[in-house]
Amino acid sequence: MELSGSEIIIQFLKDEGVEHLFGYPGGAVLHIYDALHNQKDVQHILVRHEQGATHAADGYARATGKPGVCLVTSGPGATNAVTGIATAYMDSIPLVVITGQVPSHAIGSDAFQEVDAVGITRACVKHNFLVKDLNKLAETLKKAFYVATSGRPGPVVVDIPKDITAPHIKIPYVYPKTVEMRSYNPNVKGHPRQMKRAVDLLLSAKRPMIYSGGGVIMSEASNELRKFVRKLGYPITQTLMGLGAFPGTDPQFIGMLGMHGTYESNMAMHDCDVLIAIGARFDDRITGVTSTFCPYAQVIHIDIDPASISKTINADIPIVGDVKDVLTAMNKLLDKPELPIDKPALEAWWNKIKSWQGQKSYEYETKSGLIQPQAAVEELYKVTGGDAFITSDVGQHQMFAAQFYPFDEPRRWINSGGLGTMGFGLPAAMGVKLAFPDKDVACVTGEGSIQMCIQELSTCLQYNTPVKIINLNNRYLGMVRQWQEFFYEKRYSHVYMDSLPDFVKLAEAYGHIGIRVDDPKDLHDAMKEAFALKDKTVFLDIITDQEANVYPMISSGKAHNEMDISPLQQKIQADMKARGETV
Amino acid sequence: MRHIISLLVENESGALSRISGLFSARGYNIESLTVATTEDVTLSRMTIVTAGSDRVIEQINKQLNKLVDVVKLQDFTEGNFIEREMMFVKVKAQGEGQRSEIKRLSDIFRARIIDVTDTTFCIELTGSGDKLDAYINSLHETSVIEVVRSGSMGILRGEKALTL
Ligand SMILES: Cc1ncc(C[n+]2csc(CCOP(=O)(O)OP(=O)(O)O)c2C)c(N)n1
Ligand SMILES: [Mg+2]
Repeated sequence: MELSGSEIIIQFLKDEGVEHLFGYPGGAVLHIYDALHNQKDVQHILVRHEQGATHAADGYARATGKPGVCLVTSGPGATNAVTGIATAYMDSIPLVVITGQVPSHAIGSDAFQEVDAVGITRACVKHNFLVKDLNKLAETLKKAFYVATSGRPGPVVVDIPKDITAPHIKIPYVYPKTVEMRSYNPNVKGHPRQMKRAVDLLLSAKRPMIYSGGGVIMSEASNELRKFVRKLGYPITQTLMGLGAFPGTDPQFIGMLGMHGTYESNMAMHDCDVLIAIGARFDDRITGVTSTFCPYAQVIHIDIDPASISKTINADIPIVGDVKDVLTAMNKLLDKPELPIDKPALEAWWNKIKSWQGQKSYEYETKSGLIQPQAAVEELYKVTGGDAFITSDVGQHQMFAAQFYPFDEPRRWINSGGLGTMGFGLPAAMGVKLAFPDKDVACVTGEGSIQMCIQELSTCLQYNTPVKIINLNNRYLGMVRQWQEFFYEKRYSHVYMDSLPDFVKLAEAYGHIGIRVDDPKDLHDAMKEAFALKDKTVFLDIITDQEANVYPMISSGKAHNEMDISPLQQKIQADMKARGETV
Repeated sequence: MRHIISLLVENESGALSRISGLFSARGYNIESLTVATTEDVTLSRMTIVTAGSDRVIEQINKQLNKLVDVVKLQDFTEGNFIEREMMFVKVKAQGEGQRSEIKRLSDIFRARIIDVTDTTFCIELTGSGDKLDAYINSLHETSVIEVVRSGSMGILRGEKALTL
């Protein structure tokens, strides 16, 4: 088959099984867009901003496990994509981003719409390529998909000069089924002796903790994790990125950990004597100050990326390997009718955890006439039966969603954990809906975040992706306001959003349905209505209590057992103390 | 502690900036970096001299290894290796006294005078970094016009080798 560079790109995407391509045209990719015309195998989604393309592809990848693919033009197209690429990089999401480039002969001449895309993206990609030779195009694309999806996944940029895609230059094309790279060998199996040592240490624990993260979801190891946790009977906490790998409604799950994790999870982290980290990277939002992190624990750390091990927290037993393989092997070691677990110690440990749970650290106060943001998320949970895909933006609403929507399945909770990118939620929801058109998809957002990629409402209409936007509208950049309340004596510097648009009218202007609720009494019906409108994108503008805060909170410099707790929990603790109980 | 890390890297245009970018992005110290292609033109050999705590050095090694362009890497510091650096020094050499003093010093250090004018010498010297420092220190401060150092290169002793 003789094909031009542009035709090779499209044919390759088909051969690679890519169904959706999120993109935006421009001069440097015109030849490629011409090849996209009149073909049906790869559906192109015309976003309204290249950031939207990368987030949509990212949401698609997080929900499906398949790589997300984007096509953008040179110069501003490439720079607009950078935020989304960095977002995917921080959360290890497989993306392949094709950027157009000025013709080879013009590179370096400050040509119209020329930027050094490879240079600009270098620090936020797993790898990138500049295609210099048409004969290497197919192979380079294959390498890009291979690198993006294997090992610790991540985004890969392929920068393609316009001349490489010229329609009149045709070369033979064969789909490269596999590719070899001598410098890249991502497949690592856990070391058998280390795994044996880890199991022995786990079985000797008196106060064990299992801490799992996004790596479990990446490696599709949810079932293996469930088996492992249930066999041991130990408490498990999950990171913001790991939610759903182990069911959120299972009694062995004691809540998320870290800055806004549950009281019981953070206390248990602080007091545990053996900690096993599974596909988690001891991010600073998890550890707080590292000097006081898990002071009594011996640490086992399973990760596919050796550089994640002993980076911030020293691992006593490091296990480098794919989580799925390692857990499968460890489950075999645990596959005995009777395990030598110190049962009385474990029971005492669980009792302690239960007493912490009794303090109800997530419980919030209700104020008459005001919708609490937590209540809105609880309502969302009820109305969707806990079975929706939930994307989110960044801020208080994100934490409320993570806290109040327990996920029982992996890949249902989709948020920008590492980079914390406002604007992620809506395009990500669009990407998810394209992958799962029959599922409920909701974006929990705030009036600040939603305005960062609001233009994608237009894309939602064009491609019929009826997502539900749950806007927790507190008229504040709430998370920033919370920090200003706690640490800057309520000096609310530039966090009040005056002159907000009328979101109901805005949704209508984009051809969607807008519903506003400001009375707690109407919340349930409004939520029901939004989801009953199956084939409509609905913007649910929920006017919430402006002063609500996210609790508990580990503020900077504090240890896990020094959380700021809610006024309600303070009361509960005071009552417990009065009864002579330890808190 | 000072470490000397030797790498085999794909001979691609972006490889060097990926490596130097890693050091600047993560705030690692870089004392010297030398690079040239090997007898196999698809590969470059690089020697990096860096310093840091054990934890930082471990991270540097791991992060370098993670780069897709890095084919192979070895931290020589623990093992048995040879390290050399090359230097050119241009010095003022005027009058018999000064010229013979420099020649005498160069003999002691086994340096070679590779260019001569009425008023200057250019000297080539190979050795460990310490030796090069010592040579410079032995010259009269005011006589040094220019110093060019290559940065260190390393190779393992004995039969061991960093090859594919
Ligand atoms: C692109 C970007 N800019 C700035 C921030 C810093 N930031 C974090 S949370 C937040 C406030 C978000 O406000 P809103 O979307 O209304 O959510 P809320 O906290 O009120 O629920 C800001 C500005 C960010 N995370 N991302
Ligand atoms: Mg807000």
